[in-house]
Amino acid sequence: MNWYETIGVGIIIFGVAFDVFGCLGLLRLPDVYNRLQAGTKCVTFGTCGILLGIFVMKGFTGLGVKALLGIPFVLLTSPVGAHALARGAHIFGVKLWEKSVVDQYKKDRGDNPRL
Amino acid sequence: MGIQICFYILIGCCFACLIRAWLGKTVPDRMVAIDIMGTLAVGMTAILALLTGRDFFIDVALAWIFLSFIGTLALAKYLAHKTLDE
Repeated sequence: MNWYETIGVGIIIFGVAFDVFGCLGLLRLPDVYNRLQAGTKCVTFGTCGILLGIFVMKGFTGLGVKALLGIPFVLLTSPVGAHALARGAHIFGVKLWEKSVVDQYKKDRGDNPRL
Repeated sequence: MGIQICFYILIGCCFACLIRAWLGKTVPDRMVAIDIMGTLAVGMTAILALLTGRDFFIDVALAWIFLSFIGTLALAKYLAHKTLDE
């Protein structure tokens, strides 16, 4: 095993660990907003770690460059989708957890149906 | 060997997402679970390209990112009580 393959496998294992903790948060946290923030942040970073590890292992070959190209795509699309889902869930009428302390978006939105 | 174990761990994570989609009390819970499973599947297909040595699996991953994104946006529009062309 070369040194760059060792480093690549290390980065991939790091990313998979982030994925595991994200899915643990998705299972254990109490309401939909908490689950969304735990799951989306951890799983986005974990997938980026896997793709970066593949780039480190393969270098500037076809597979490596495509994996490197996937990183900005994941970083751009996954948080935008999560934001749209959180906003949709709030408009849909999902209640916050009973121990949540502040709901700023409800105060901003008021009765305006366009926001 | 280590990468193969990583692949099996990711399959376990996908089953965790499916459990949340099964248990989830509200509709957005299930949507969040399926959205996160899409992002996990991108990592799984990338590892599969590394394991099998066939480069076209990474193309599947790149296409899957955008399909998951478009599906999530359409479902979020549905949640916000809007039609798709608004």
